[in-house]
Amino acid sequence: MKLDSMYQDVILDHYKHPHGRGLRPGDAEVHHVNPTCGDEITLRVRYDGSRVADVSYEGQGCSISQASASVLNELLVGKELGEARRIQDAFLELMQSKGRIEPDDAMEELLEDAVAFAGVSKYPARVKCALLSWMAWKDATAQALGEEPAKADGKTA
Amino acid sequence: MTQLPGLLDTEAIRKDFPILDRVLHDGKKLVYLDNAATSQTPRQVLDVLNEYYEQHNANVHRGVHVLAEEATELYEGARDKVAAFVNAPSRNEVIFTKNASESLNLVANMLGWADEPYRVDADTEIVITEMEHHSNIVPWQLLAQRTGAKLKWFGLTDDGRLDLSRIDEVITPKTKIVSFVLVSNILGTFNPVEAIVRRAQEVGALVLVDASQAAPHMALDVQALQADFVAFTGHKMCGPTGIGVLWGRQELLEDLPPFLGGGEMIETVSMSSSTYAPAPHKFEAGTPPIAQAVGLGAAVDYLSSIGMDKIAAHEHALTEYAIRRLHDVPDLRIIGPTTAEERGAAISFTLGDIHPHDVGQVLDEQGIAVRVGHHCARPVCLRYGIPATTRASFYLYSTPAEVDALVDGLEHVRNFFG
Repeated sequence: MKLDSMYQDVILDHYKHPHGRGLRPGDAEVHHVNPTCGDEITLRVRYDGSRVADVSYEGQGCSISQASASVLNELLVGKELGEARRIQDAFLELMQSKGRIEPDDAMEELLEDAVAFAGVSKYPARVKCALLSWMAWKDATAQALGEEPAKADGKTA
Repeated sequence: MTQLPGLLDTEAIRKDFPILDRVLHDGKKLVYLDNAATSQTPRQVLDVLNEYYEQHNANVHRGVHVLAEEATELYEGARDKVAAFVNAPSRNEVIFTKNASESLNLVANMLGWADEPYRVDADTEIVITEMEHHSNIVPWQLLAQRTGAKLKWFGLTDDGRLDLSRIDEVITPKTKIVSFVLVSNILGTFNPVEAIVRRAQEVGALVLVDASQAAPHMALDVQALQADFVAFTGHKMCGPTGIGVLWGRQELLEDLPPFLGGGEMIETVSMSSSTYAPAPHKFEAGTPPIAQAVGLGAAVDYLSSIGMDKIAAHEHALTEYAIRRLHDVPDLRIIGPTTAEERGAAISFTLGDIHPHDVGQVLDEQGIAVRVGHHCARPVCLRYGIPATTRASFYLYSTPAEVDALVDGLEHVRNFFG
C-alpha cells in the first residue's frame, strides 16, 4: 500500500517519541511556518565552535513535520558544521526527488533514519512538511554564525 | 442505502458530473467532500463553455461583427441570469470580478478612495468578524493601515456562533462599513444577518455580505438581505474558476469611484482626464472573463432547474445525518455548531490529537477528498486553540453513502495512528 511508503514505522516512531524536543538555550532562534497548512516550528541552535552543540525545538504540526524535526535533532547534534550541511543538502535533494531517488548504501549511511522520508517525496503537498525543520535549522545556523541579518520570523519557501 | 427525507435524486444528478465517476488509488471510488473549496462542474456547464469557444468566441462590447455581437449577448445574458438568481432589482447592479476576493477588495478600495459620506479615514471604523475568511480580513487590514481607520470585530462564542452581545459597542456611529460572512467556510455557521444589518443601518454604516458559501447552497435574495453589497464566487456553485460577482446597490455604484482603470470602464478619455461608463462597466476594466461569465450563467441555470430550496433541503438532511454519524466517532470534536440548525453543509472537526494533515492523507488513500488546514480562517483556529481542522463539505450531489464512507475512513485513520 502506498500509504506505508509515506508513513514508515521509523517516521511514526519519531512522531510518537520525538528526540530532543523542547526549547533549550541557543545562539539563535527562528520561527518558521508552513502557511498552507499551519505547521509551525520554533527552533534554536547552539554552536560550540564549528560543532553543532544542540538543536532544540518546539512546534505543532503533522506527523511528517514533527518526525522530521526529531530526525534532524538525532542526526545533526554533535556533528561538525560541514558534515551537518552535507546531510542537509542530501536530505533536501532526496525530498525534492519526487520519489525518483532510491536511496543507496552511501545515502543511507549519511542520512540514517532520514532515508525513511524518501516515500514522502512522492507527495508534493507533504514535502514542505518534511522540510520545515530543516529550513528552520539552515536559517538559524546562518543567524548564529552571523552569515545574514537576523530576522524574527521566516517562512519555509 | 440510507434514505432521508428531503434528499434529491442524487443518482440522476451525479450523472451530470463526469468527474464523480473517477476511480482513484487502485479502485477506490472518488468521494468528493471538498465542496466548500470548489464544487464540481456539470456537463451542462462544460458544454456551454465548449460551445462558447467553438462557436462564439470574441471580445465583448467592441466589434461590429457577428461573433462580437454573439459574445456580447452571451456575456450580458449571463449578467441577466445572475441578477435574477439573486433577485437584484437591476441587472446593472451585478459586477463581474474574477472571484469573491476581488469583489471584497473592490469594495474596500472604493471606500478608501470615496468622498463623504462613504469615505473610510482615520476617524472612522471598520467592523468584521473573527470567523471571516482571510479574503474578508486582509483587505480591511490593508485599508485600515492605509487610512488610519480602526479595525474592529465580533468575537465568537464557544459553540461557533457570532458573539453579538456587545453589538452596540462594536458597531458605533463611527462605523463606515460592516463586512461579514453569511455562512462560515470553516465553522459552517449561518449568521444572523438581520440583527447586524439593523444595527448598521441605525448608525448609517454600509453592509457587505460575503455570500461565497451561501450562494451555492440556498436561495439568495439580495433585497431581503438588505445589505449594500454582496460578494460571491462562481467556482463554488458549479461554475468555472475565474469568475466572481459583486452585487451593489445602484446609487452606491453611481456614487463610488472606480478602482481599476482601463478599457471598457470609460466614457471618454483625453490625455489629461477621463469620464467613466455607468455601472456595472465602470467596475469592469479590461477584457472581462467572458467564457467564465457565460459558464456561470449556465451554472445558475443548472442550479435553478433543480431548485435552490430543494438543494438547501438536501444539504440540511445530509448535514443532520453527517453530524449524527460523526458524533459516534470516538475522539471526534466538531468545531462549530454541533446541530444542523442555522448552519451550512461544511463540517470541521478534530480527531483526537491526530493532525488534520495526517487525517486527510489517510482519507485520500481511500479516495475521500477533504480539506485540511486552517481553511484561510486562521483566527478561528487560534480562537478554539487548535492548529487546524479537517473539513468535510457537501453539495447537491453528495449522498448518505459518502457520509458513511467518511465515517468508515475516520475509523481507519484512528486505527492507523492508534
